[in-house]
Amino acid sequence: MLRWLIGGGREPQGLAEKSPLQTIGEEQTQNPYTELLVLKAHHDIVRFLVQLDDYRFASAGDDGIVVVWNAQTGEKLLELNGHTQKITAIITLPSLEACEEKNQLILTASADRTVIISLNPEPSEIAMVTKGPVWDCDTGRQVQKVSCFQSTVKCLAVLRRLDVWLSGGNDLCMWNRKLDLLCKTSHLSDTGISALIEIPKNCVVAAVGKELIIFRLVAPTEGSLGWDILEVKRLLDHQDNILSLVNVNDLSFVTGSHVGELIIWDILDWTVQACEHNFWDPSPQLDTQQEIKLCQKPNDVSIHHFTWDEENIFVAVGRGLYVYNLQMKRVIACQKTAHDSSVLHVAKLPNRQLISCSEDGSVRIWELREKQQLAAEPVPTGFFNMWGFGRVNKQASHPVKKQQENAILFSLELIGDLIGHSSSVEMFLYFEDHGLVTCSADHLIILWKNGERESGLRSLKLFQKLEENGDLYLAV
Amino acid sequence: MISAPDVVAFTKEDEYEEEPYNEPALPEEYSVPLFPFASQGANPWSKLSGAKFSRDFILISEFSEQVGPQPLLTIPNDTKVFGTFDLNYFSLRIMSVDYQASFVGHPPGSAYPKLNFVEDSKVVLGDSKEGAFAYVHHLTLYDLEARGFVRPFCMAYISADQHKIMQQFQELSAEFSKASECLKTGNRKAFAGELEKKLKDLDYTRTVLHMETEIQKKANDKGFYSSQAIEKANELASVEKSIIEHQDLLKQIRSYPRRKSKGSDLCSRETEYTQDRPSQAATTSDPEESADTDRYTCRPAYTPKLIKAKSTKCFDKKLKTLEELCDTDYFTQTLAQLSHIERMFRGDLCYLLTSQIDRALLKQQHVTNFLFEDFAEADDRAVVRQESAPAEPSQDRPPSRSLEKCPIPQVLISMGSYRSSVESVLIKMEQELGDEEYKEVEGTESGSFDPQDNLDCLDMDMKGSISSGESIEVLGTEKATSVLSKSDSLGSLTVPLSPQVVRSKAVSHRTISEDSIEVLSTCPSEALIPDDFKASYPSAINEEESYADDGKGAIHFQVGTSPPEPGEAEEGSVENTPLQTDASCCIGKETGGPQGPLSSPALTLSDEEGVVSTPPQRSRQKDQGFHVDFAMENSNLSSRDHSSEGFPAYELDPSHLLASQDDSKTSLDDYSDSTSCVSSVASTSSDRMPSSAHPTGPSSERHKKRAGQNALKFIRQYPFAHPAIYSLLSGRTLVVLGEEEAMVRKLVTALSIFVPNYGCCAKPVKHWVSSPLHISDFQKWKLIGLQRAVSPAGTGALHALSRYSRYTSVLDLDRKTLRCPLYRGTLVPRLADRRTHIRRGSTYYMHVQSVLAQLCAKAFLYTFCHHLHLPTRGREAEAAAASRQASFLQLSLGLVNEDVKVVQYLAELLRLHYTQEHPGAIQPTLRFDYVPSFLYKI
Repeated sequence: MLRWLIGGGREPQGLAEKSPLQTIGEEQTQNPYTELLVLKAHHDIVRFLVQLDDYRFASAGDDGIVVVWNAQTGEKLLELNGHTQKITAIITLPSLEACEEKNQLILTASADRTVIISLNPEPSEIAMVTKGPVWDCDTGRQVQKVSCFQSTVKCLAVLRRLDVWLSGGNDLCMWNRKLDLLCKTSHLSDTGISALIEIPKNCVVAAVGKELIIFRLVAPTEGSLGWDILEVKRLLDHQDNILSLVNVNDLSFVTGSHVGELIIWDILDWTVQACEHNFWDPSPQLDTQQEIKLCQKPNDVSIHHFTWDEENIFVAVGRGLYVYNLQMKRVIACQKTAHDSSVLHVAKLPNRQLISCSEDGSVRIWELREKQQLAAEPVPTGFFNMWGFGRVNKQASHPVKKQQENAILFSLELIGDLIGHSSSVEMFLYFEDHGLVTCSADHLIILWKNGERESGLRSLKLFQKLEENGDLYLAV
Repeated sequence: MISAPDVVAFTKEDEYEEEPYNEPALPEEYSVPLFPFASQGANPWSKLSGAKFSRDFILISEFSEQVGPQPLLTIPNDTKVFGTFDLNYFSLRIMSVDYQASFVGHPPGSAYPKLNFVEDSKVVLGDSKEGAFAYVHHLTLYDLEARGFVRPFCMAYISADQHKIMQQFQELSAEFSKASECLKTGNRKAFAGELEKKLKDLDYTRTVLHMETEIQKKANDKGFYSSQAIEKANELASVEKSIIEHQDLLKQIRSYPRRKSKGSDLCSRETEYTQDRPSQAATTSDPEESADTDRYTCRPAYTPKLIKAKSTKCFDKKLKTLEELCDTDYFTQTLAQLSHIERMFRGDLCYLLTSQIDRALLKQQHVTNFLFEDFAEADDRAVVRQESAPAEPSQDRPPSRSLEKCPIPQVLISMGSYRSSVESVLIKMEQELGDEEYKEVEGTESGSFDPQDNLDCLDMDMKGSISSGESIEVLGTEKATSVLSKSDSLGSLTVPLSPQVVRSKAVSHRTISEDSIEVLSTCPSEALIPDDFKASYPSAINEEESYADDGKGAIHFQVGTSPPEPGEAEEGSVENTPLQTDASCCIGKETGGPQGPLSSPALTLSDEEGVVSTPPQRSRQKDQGFHVDFAMENSNLSSRDHSSEGFPAYELDPSHLLASQDDSKTSLDDYSDSTSCVSSVASTSSDRMPSSAHPTGPSSERHKKRAGQNALKFIRQYPFAHPAIYSLLSGRTLVVLGEEEAMVRKLVTALSIFVPNYGCCAKPVKHWVSSPLHISDFQKWKLIGLQRAVSPAGTGALHALSRYSRYTSVLDLDRKTLRCPLYRGTLVPRLADRRTHIRRGSTYYMHVQSVLAQLCAKAFLYTFCHHLHLPTRGREAEAAAASRQASFLQLSLGLVNEDVKVVQYLAELLRLHYTQEHPGAIQPTLRFDYVPSFLYKI
């Protein structure tokens, strides 16, 4: 299946030799992205992309500006200035159904210790917004700014049900839509809250260092006067800093740590459902010993990001990609070196495709395929660690699962890669209709499109215009 | 009177009815003489051999009230140009046919002298003895000191080719009108200033006289007036009268009809040419008014003089020069315009016509022409056209009528007229005929253009006049043209073979007696022409005009030679400026470049090739017209042996056929070819502003020629030229990698002729980069010259290149390798045949243009075929549309393999261009394919 350098005279890339990185040649018949558009507006690393609606998205990064784009045309719609330092979190605050204003709000937190809530009007309404507490004359938008933070806000979460939002820094604050501080916890830790998710029963889970802290939010009732945040439980199962935290379905949420521990928690009683922590098993080749020193970075097994669907969790572990099946409670497919360096973001597409982006500047498209039984390989995750790395002792405490009996049924096949960024690709967004948006440390955003579909759309547009101009004559 | 035209008429019909191959040899008495100068080694296109000047020029003459007609200046102002041509004599000739009603003075029933704002008259004169034909533009300037306040001037465009004058009459007229308007506007300004000074003088004189009279009155109180006092009183009275007269004149000159002040538009346009001067003429909409306002403010320092009672007679003093007669700014603008005209009409008529037709046709392809056409030129044309529209009211037709002006008739007619132009020259020369050679040509006769021969009514006219020896014929004037064209234009345009036109041949002859001056019609002052005269040749005029209108299709085509270089206006001389602007680094070479080859080597070459010996026969000459290039190529072939690089200037450009191109400039081009310094200079300047508009250089003929030459070299040198060109055509960025900047630039410039444009802006070509490339570069540029450097930055650049290898094809100049996708189509081999017989850059450029035009047509069809892209009935599977597209591309357009991708890419560009509201506003996306690349080596 590997298409090793199909291009005849192509000089082999040095990277291809030193690691068993799967590469794909220049012939990628299944790669639909044959058109790209480079979007330039940022002056520094672009770290965040957030989808606003069917065709718009916002980008934010270290230059402190937020730019709203049209995903279809690549047009820059708005530029929101307000932060003086880099943006650390961005989230959209959906409009309330009851509220007449349909405008979305964008919440941005920055290293300048402020949170700005900016109104993101429909393009048609940009001119109509005329009042607001804070006025941004540049773009004609209401901007509200909160700056009473003691520390940088590292994460934001919106609880739609309660119509409040939370900001996590060294402490956890709860706000309402009008930017009133409803409640605040005491100082939690100096490292601060790195991730925050909502779980049922008015609870939130915050990842603070190695710990997971569960808070219960108490809404005002007849009895009590105001909002309150109660710390309910601390979960200490992780050995290292928790990097990622998501709730994958109604039953469970998942955390991933710096040393490659993946723990699936029950969402209701906060107990460990399953644990997978030996992703970092190096490849079986013995001659990789030297390479490990050279290119395996400490965070090589850190779990940066998850994505999930009904059956599987797709985990970005170091440079590799793993598919963990929730039913079977084991890894069913993997690519140990999916990229040249850390995978930063993964996403599952509806068509069994998986997209990953990495620090190496590339975006790869994978397909989860059922593997032929004969071609089945032993699962590397089942291998016992042979080298005495520092983490072995942690590892040893867990019983190694015997999974060999079930041959792997799936494999991740590389079906295409997108090369455009010259630096680490931080994140991407997938639009069903408009393709893929990637943002990178090279200050660029690239819009990848399906060339054939775009061509058809342009053709349609052309005939529409012809018709408008009255130049279209249809033969009878 | 009868003989010559009849012969031609006969031969024509003959030819029209019969197949060319079956045509029996004509009886000897009907045979047409050979080109008379063949024996002297001249080629048949060089009609200059009969004339005493080397190329067309513009002459400004004056009918001086002191010395009579005299030449004032020529453009270009170089004695080489007009050589031994007798300017004085020719001035006499052209000034003796001034028909304008420039009546100034005391008209009956008017107390004061009256200025007539006469329109210029435009006539065509021929002097067959001198071999000179001229478009003559008479104009009147005002001079307070001149008799009747007027100074008659004329500007003449003098050419050895009478057909050039006739066919370009409308264009010449339009262009000269601009120059004339400019000059007259400046003159009115100067005249008004002069009047004011004079008024002040008079006022002062009156005051002085008044005082003197008072003194006298006081001095003698005897009750009677001394004769001295009476004299004083008379003097005073005459001064008073003079004041009133002059005030009246001032009022008149200021009340110059506004409708005529289109000159101000012109001036604003001309300031674009002059560039060095942000002229006030451009900013002030009305020069007169501005003149009014600043007259008193700007010149307060004028001290009035006492005017003597007896004014000096005009013969006693020196008349003002033309420059003094006109405001300085306007004068320089006029000169700039004149040199613009000179450049515009430089070259052979066939060349002018072809390029005009070419441009007109291109203009009609407004959907596709942005792809490969040069837009600096197109813009220039657009500007010119806008301006010419009001100047030519007859062009302002309703759109429905313009539809009828389909391109085909225009082309045919123009072909015919070119053919005829050769013909008439032949008849003029009574020489012996080589019969066997004539037959040779007959064999090559294609006969496909026969129908147009019938349109040569004007031609007959020429023949009639040619026999008259020393005569000046006024062959056509403007007004009649514009009036009559309306009636006849449609018939003759759309139905080239209409009987009316054929019939016209019989009636369009005139007898012209020795030394006679004949006038067919003149423009505004028709009253001067006797009625019977007007009536006597109605049909002749009529047909002539219908013909002229055919040519008038060509009026829409504005000759767009490259826009004048800055600084030219000041020079006033065309000769020097191109060198200065072009060749900052080649000047040394240029001086060494032979100016001579024009005459000697070229002639010998053409002799040995037998190009000249193909006898210009009757209708066959049109073939020659078309074979010019190839014939010249042949001669090149032979000449390559002894001079591979430095072809004689003469051969290198079709526009040199008349040798009226600037010789030195040509030689500069060719001799600098080997070093390519010119191109690098030009491209450097373009490089400075990466996405800005074209610099003036690349659009020039010279540039095209050089690009073509280098592209030819590339094709011959590299066997893998085809995939490289395919890359360019299919929108895959080609990176030319090399250490040596000059080489890379040269090749990039050459290859840029294959790069499709995104829109109206500059071609997506980057001549030279040394920094690593980014993804956005591939989106922006389709052809990049990249520096190969040993520095870390250089390796970075190479690394980036290998990283983005899927978006690029890489042509390594140092290692002579190319890495790019496979190409198996048939299109590029036609475009770039290694074994092509084309030898010359300009020819190859044209070849490329024509193949690309075909390609554009295919892309257009593909893009705009409705059924290919939209579901035909209801909901249809996308696959059905896709298969329709594929079959259309393959079967209807005959495209194979990768050619399909070329057309699809062009179609994308067309769609993008068509649907864009603001062309050029949105950058096109970077489209690419995931296809494997191959490494090609020599």
